[in-house]
Amino acid sequence: MNANTDLSRRDVLQSTGALFVAFSMGDASAAMAAAVTTDGKPPLLPTELDSWISISRDGLVTVYFGKIDGGQGTDLAMAMIVAEEMDVPLKNVSVVQGDTARTVNQGGASGSTGVRFAGAALRQAGAEARRVLVNRAAEKLGVPAERLTVTDGVVSVAGDASKKISYAEILNGGYFHSEIGWNKQYGNPLALTSPAKPKSYKDYKVVGTSPPRLDVPGKVFGTSPWVQDIRVEGMLHGRMIRPPIAGASVVAVDESSIAKIPGAKIVRKGDFLGVVAPREWDAIKASQALKVTWSQVPDPFPDQAQLYDYIRKAPVSKSDEQKKGDINAGFAKAAKIVEVEYEWPFQSHASMGPGCAVADVKPDGTTTVWTGTQKPHFAAQGVADCLGVPVEKVHAIWVTGPGSYGRNDAGDVTADAAVMSQLVGKPVRVQYMRYEGHGWDPKAPASVHKGRAALDEHGNVLAIDFVSKGFSRLETNSTEAEAGDTLAGMLLGHKGARTQAFNLPDNAYTFENKRMAWETIAALLPGPSPLRTSHMRDPLGPQITFANESFIDEVAFAANADPVEFRLKYLSEPRDRAVVQAAAEKAGWKPGKAGTRRTRRGDIVTGRGVAYTQRTNTIVAIVADVEVNTKTGELRVPRVTVAHDCGCIVNPDALRRVVEGNVVQGLSRSVHEEVQFDRRTVKSVDWLTYPIVDIKEAPPVIDIVLVNHPEAMSTGAGEATMRPLAAAINNAIFEATGTRIRRAPLTPERIRASTV
Amino acid sequence: MAEKFTLRVNGSNHTIEADPDMPLLYALRDDLGLSNPHFGCGLSQCGACTVHVDGVATRSCVTPVSRAAGHDVVTLQGLGTPEKPHPVQAAYVEEQVVQCGYCLNGWVMTAAAFLNKNKKPTDDQIREALTGLKCRCGTHTAIVRAVKRAAEKMA
Repeated sequence: MNANTDLSRRDVLQSTGALFVAFSMGDASAAMAAAVTTDGKPPLLPTELDSWISISRDGLVTVYFGKIDGGQGTDLAMAMIVAEEMDVPLKNVSVVQGDTARTVNQGGASGSTGVRFAGAALRQAGAEARRVLVNRAAEKLGVPAERLTVTDGVVSVAGDASKKISYAEILNGGYFHSEIGWNKQYGNPLALTSPAKPKSYKDYKVVGTSPPRLDVPGKVFGTSPWVQDIRVEGMLHGRMIRPPIAGASVVAVDESSIAKIPGAKIVRKGDFLGVVAPREWDAIKASQALKVTWSQVPDPFPDQAQLYDYIRKAPVSKSDEQKKGDINAGFAKAAKIVEVEYEWPFQSHASMGPGCAVADVKPDGTTTVWTGTQKPHFAAQGVADCLGVPVEKVHAIWVTGPGSYGRNDAGDVTADAAVMSQLVGKPVRVQYMRYEGHGWDPKAPASVHKGRAALDEHGNVLAIDFVSKGFSRLETNSTEAEAGDTLAGMLLGHKGARTQAFNLPDNAYTFENKRMAWETIAALLPGPSPLRTSHMRDPLGPQITFANESFIDEVAFAANADPVEFRLKYLSEPRDRAVVQAAAEKAGWKPGKAGTRRTRRGDIVTGRGVAYTQRTNTIVAIVADVEVNTKTGELRVPRVTVAHDCGCIVNPDALRRVVEGNVVQGLSRSVHEEVQFDRRTVKSVDWLTYPIVDIKEAPPVIDIVLVNHPEAMSTGAGEATMRPLAAAINNAIFEATGTRIRRAPLTPERIRASTV
Repeated sequence: MAEKFTLRVNGSNHTIEADPDMPLLYALRDDLGLSNPHFGCGLSQCGACTVHVDGVATRSCVTPVSRAAGHDVVTLQGLGTPEKPHPVQAAYVEEQVVQCGYCLNGWVMTAAAFLNKNKKPTDDQIREALTGLKCRCGTHTAIVRAVKRAAEKMA
């Protein structure tokens, strides 16, 4: 597969030179335009088969993926799916992704839809490419298409292998010039249609195997570029200046404060304020030395200690609910009522590297941005909106960046770089400082969740009522498609969409009477706030599922039931049941009410907890084992068992690593992560003030059961395991200590308090 | 005021002009064009900028260039190549450890320096040697597997 990586890189260099030119300084967009207009490639439309797949003279297949892979192998999955449908060797397939001049907008990385939606579209494109090529081979060979077979990209006559022609010979370095149908929806839902029928899973040879990822060697040997590595001739380095109190405006800037720093200049348009310098270190020094007078503003935030009371009391801005049966009748008959509330804090994407982008805005508005955002096509639209230029003039080139896991700061820095470049008339590279990576990224919303259950005298559930209330997951839009979706745009006066949205629990419980509801509240500070909220890996999933699956565990306890048995009692769908049973079996779950599996040795008590959920049809159940020190409150998680059903598995090995990463990142969010703020601004500004999981805490054993359904559609795996982890750990802590914690993160202080 | 410094990096000498207090990271990235060490925090908290200085894993984001001059600096690219990988790099590929990979310099350079001096470490010793390094994607369990694999090769 190293060969494949080399091919991938070579293909990129040969096709347009875009990345190479960018990497070695120059104007990629000019090269791009030339490449597109001189060789007869049809325009980049979803209806052109050439927009999705190309075949070089030497038989190398390129797949054009309108999302991006952030290191989980979705690009490899696209290559595998297309290799499968076209019957070409996987090693001959490479993937171009995230370049707005070369790929159709398939929504970027979003909602674990890489394989689910883009994979489905490219499967159809691959099948259609095979159909078109086989028909052309039939003409050339003078044999009906039904008599032809394809092996390793060579079409031959069944029973007469001497009559053959390769895909490469058929196209001869040219293009398909063939139309394909689509559903006329750009972004995640984009689907392709054609007369071709994709293969049956029974004939899969590539899908379901575990070739290694395409990007790993380049990363491990430091040979492939990151967005942080992009350099453009004549480029300046920029740094942004953020207000000490959220919402403060720029009153005055003292130019003399940076006069001694070589080449340092102020870049300002209203409240948009930064500095540039030819040398990066000088730009950093200038950003630290710059004296700014800020406006006096009232404290924008409540005391952090009052956050959850604030949420409870805040007026509801929008709400939604789903009802089944009659919960009031259920509660009226109740022999026992369980009523609990759970709380989840603001969390930060806290990407390993703070955001970075390079922008080159020409005087005529022609713009190239090199960006690490998950959604380069939308970022191009947002940049155009910020700059006031037509979107056709903006070319966004995605280059891999630090894992973003949602709407992190990568979109903001892209807009900042573009605005700076427009203002100074030169290419500008902006890299945020660490305090911005933590302090100014859009946050995962804080929330409060109330669960009520009615039980009869036998422990049967009569009614379930679950209501979430919190900040919107889309106060800042997740797509960056409008100026107001980014800090730069907001500082320039654009108002974002400020969509109010929350989610409901996602599961298949069959409770007869239930109400699931959500309520959002307005942002603490509308506009360019360090506590604006947006999507973070599995938007609202950890919040809601921590609450809902801890609550369900409390109901099971009140019903004197085994937590696994209780869940199975209210699950009738075979796939949901199978996943819960698989996790329990792999973990060696011994049935019994919570507490019965507890062991004690000295100050250490142990427990096990289970949690289950769906996420857009992917099903996950987790059994977590914990050890709690009753004196210190310290928590160890020696083993996590995950059962995972995401339909058809494309690459089991890559999937295991995605699940593992979810477990460890999920542990981090469950036990450590809480954005600290005071009344003026966010105080979590680095790894000391926003601790995350350490290698000493990572579970030594992560057992994963992959439940494969090759006959079903792939439903996505990027985020699902993140969802039930906090609840599984919390339920295990309850078994160990006998006391419920109802506020995340599950810190030693809270655990110790619960053991007293 | 800028001064001249001669840096020995991956076996080659380079003379640059820089502020004496400029961190080595910016000399490597901006003056020498070596992109492997990453800016993660600039605070010596995460390790993404790690290089070897005289064989010791060192956070280049807080090491003044004046202190690195005259010493032997090795970056990820100097550690090994696809043709001649360092055992930790080979193990990283075999175990498919990385997701985003931005943190990788810290783990690989620290593990390589650790394994030079510690043969056949236990899992706990590996975790102790790597504690404090940050990885946001949660590849820690895979990292332990890879470092163990590399240790077996190096023993």
